Amino acid sequence: MSEGERALPIVIVGHVDHGKSTLIGRLLFETGSLPADKYSEIQRSSAMLGKRVEFAFVMDCLEEERSRGITIDTTQTFFRTSKRRYVIIDAPGHKEFLKNMITGTSQAEAALLIIDSFEGIQDQTKRHAYLLGMLGLKQISVLLNKIDLVDYSERKFLELKAEIKDFLERLNVHPTSIVPISAIQGDNVAKPSGKTPWFDGPTVLQALDTFHPLEMEEKPFRFPIQDRYTVDGEKILVGRIESGHLIRGQTLFLLPGKNKVVVKSIEEFLNPNVMAAGCEESIGISLEGKHRTRRGQVLAGDRSSTVSDRIRANIFWMEQGVHHNGETLLFRCVTQEIPCRIEKIYKKFDPASMTLTEDDALSIQNGEVADVLIRLDRKAVVDPFNDIPEMGRFVLEKEGRPVAGGIIL
Amino acid sequence: MDHLTRLENKSIYIIREAYYQFKKIAMLWSVGKDSTTLLWLCRKAFFGQIPFPIIHIDTSYKFQEMYRFRDEKAKEWNLNLLVGKNEAKLREGMGPGRGSKLDCCNELKTNALKAVIKRYHLKAILLGIRRDEHGIRAKERYFSPRDSQFKWDYENQPAELWDQYQSTVEEEEHFRIHPLLHFTEYDVWDYVKREKLPIVPLYFSRDGKRFRSIGCHTCCSPVDSDARTIDDIVEEIRTSKTSERSGRAQDKENIYTMQRLRALGYM
Repeated sequence: MSEGERALPIVIVGHVDHGKSTLIGRLLFETGSLPADKYSEIQRSSAMLGKRVEFAFVMDCLEEERSRGITIDTTQTFFRTSKRRYVIIDAPGHKEFLKNMITGTSQAEAALLIIDSFEGIQDQTKRHAYLLGMLGLKQISVLLNKIDLVDYSERKFLELKAEIKDFLERLNVHPTSIVPISAIQGDNVAKPSGKTPWFDGPTVLQALDTFHPLEMEEKPFRFPIQDRYTVDGEKILVGRIESGHLIRGQTLFLLPGKNKVVVKSIEEFLNPNVMAAGCEESIGISLEGKHRTRRGQVLAGDRSSTVSDRIRANIFWMEQGVHHNGETLLFRCVTQEIPCRIEKIYKKFDPASMTLTEDDALSIQNGEVADVLIRLDRKAVVDPFNDIPEMGRFVLEKEGRPVAGGIIL
Repeated sequence: MDHLTRLENKSIYIIREAYYQFKKIAMLWSVGKDSTTLLWLCRKAFFGQIPFPIIHIDTSYKFQEMYRFRDEKAKEWNLNLLVGKNEAKLREGMGPGRGSKLDCCNELKTNALKAVIKRYHLKAILLGIRRDEHGIRAKERYFSPRDSQFKWDYENQPAELWDQYQSTVEEEEHFRIHPLLHFTEYDVWDYVKREKLPIVPLYFSRDGKRFRSIGCHTCCSPVDSDARTIDDIVEEIRTSKTSERSGRAQDKENIYTMQRLRALGYM
């Protein structure tokens, strides 16, 4: 196994108390990824609260989280199997902390959706499953936890399995596996359990090993300008290549607008003569000739971008309070920051109930998802989320705070 | 793109974003391996010409080797180095012997930092903390607001998704920027090796011991180790079964000392 390979980020989501944090603690413990001093630390603080070793304390490090027994904010930790390294992202299950769950999930490339077998599918189960779909996560394994509380019943497992499969299918989400586990007892987490002989699927560790890192396909070049520096008299545009690749001397389109520009040089510190740069690289670019450039413009390799001041999108609201159509917001997509407002809400619903709550709604609030038309004060350069996700996803801010995320249709 | 290059590019993006959003920023340099890595990334981000000050918060109890290294590099890399000290408390004799570690860290580090931020009207500071250093740091955001009292409202942090970082700062607030959150201890050493970064000699083994984490000489314990070179260290970290900060006294005092310190404005 190569240490030089990157760790695969996985998020664990699900309803409150269904066992996310306990599962992570157990995974770390089972794979020998829990340092001895960390284990004694959680032993100590568990004892202080009168509990047996609380594996959830590995991730729940805030005093408030431990004393209240809940996860408030997302955390990341690392562990490894014999196959590779993982970054495990824990996400809170309370509706109150939805924005923290979204923060964590946005960094993942695969997900584990955990469901309490005794309680069954709950509100946040559905909301989280829906958000996984919206955030573009396609690699999902469903874990039916606390199987010990339903006596390791095969019948109960099959019942829940059918229910969750049906629900996910309606969201166009196809889980790679559905596994009965007990995080607290350890069944099917690292080792197959003797108590579920009727199950011949993978353990959690095996399910994780079937996930693969997202491959980068070749897409049209997009470089949103982040800033402009003057270095030794030379004007350099800095930013990150969000998709595609660049070659020195290439002709690009400076959007929005009609100008064509030529790349004079690609700048990297202590690296003279850079001939090419690829996706995800944070580089500097200098252009031939003089051009009016500023942050927020996009250097594109072709003319396929959508340049418009009206955007049709699916948004999810993640802050407290009610927002009404027409109120001012700030649209933030890559380096673009443009005042805007929601002009129309075509459809709105709460994934927890999975029923359409309203057509032509006039407001939206925490936990709700909507199909909207956003009107911007000036044109933005974007792409549909399904084509170039980096250019098709955005955040809406209200009074300086992020209140919603969205994907462009 | 290889793993380290991916981590590096993300950090550079964050550093440039912080400078754009806040302009009046500074970088906190503890002279340790993480902040020296951060300093190197800042040099890369700005093509060798860092447009803001580099701040060393000096408790006066640091190892001699750290002071030497600091002054040498400041000159070599042409840094705008500012040293912040809580002179008043030091004159009173504040130190780890007097009172609790919480008090000493708070006065000599946190309060010294507060004074620097006020004095230079800084809107944001860059720090080299990482998620895997401590459970509390794992809860952090890349752009993390602090109120006028330097309090960290960890129960109500802003959402952070798709590289959109909150940047609206009120009059008395400032932001903590953490471009190294996604680096692990192993990644940092691997990066140091790849970039051939200069590092304080304390990290290397002498007489069977070395410092895995450095701070004030009064409160740092070395660990058993024969790692004498960067390659040795990289190999040692790869197979280690104890955590990086197991030699730091701060965390031993009380399980929640770090959380309390951070809520008061610590790094």
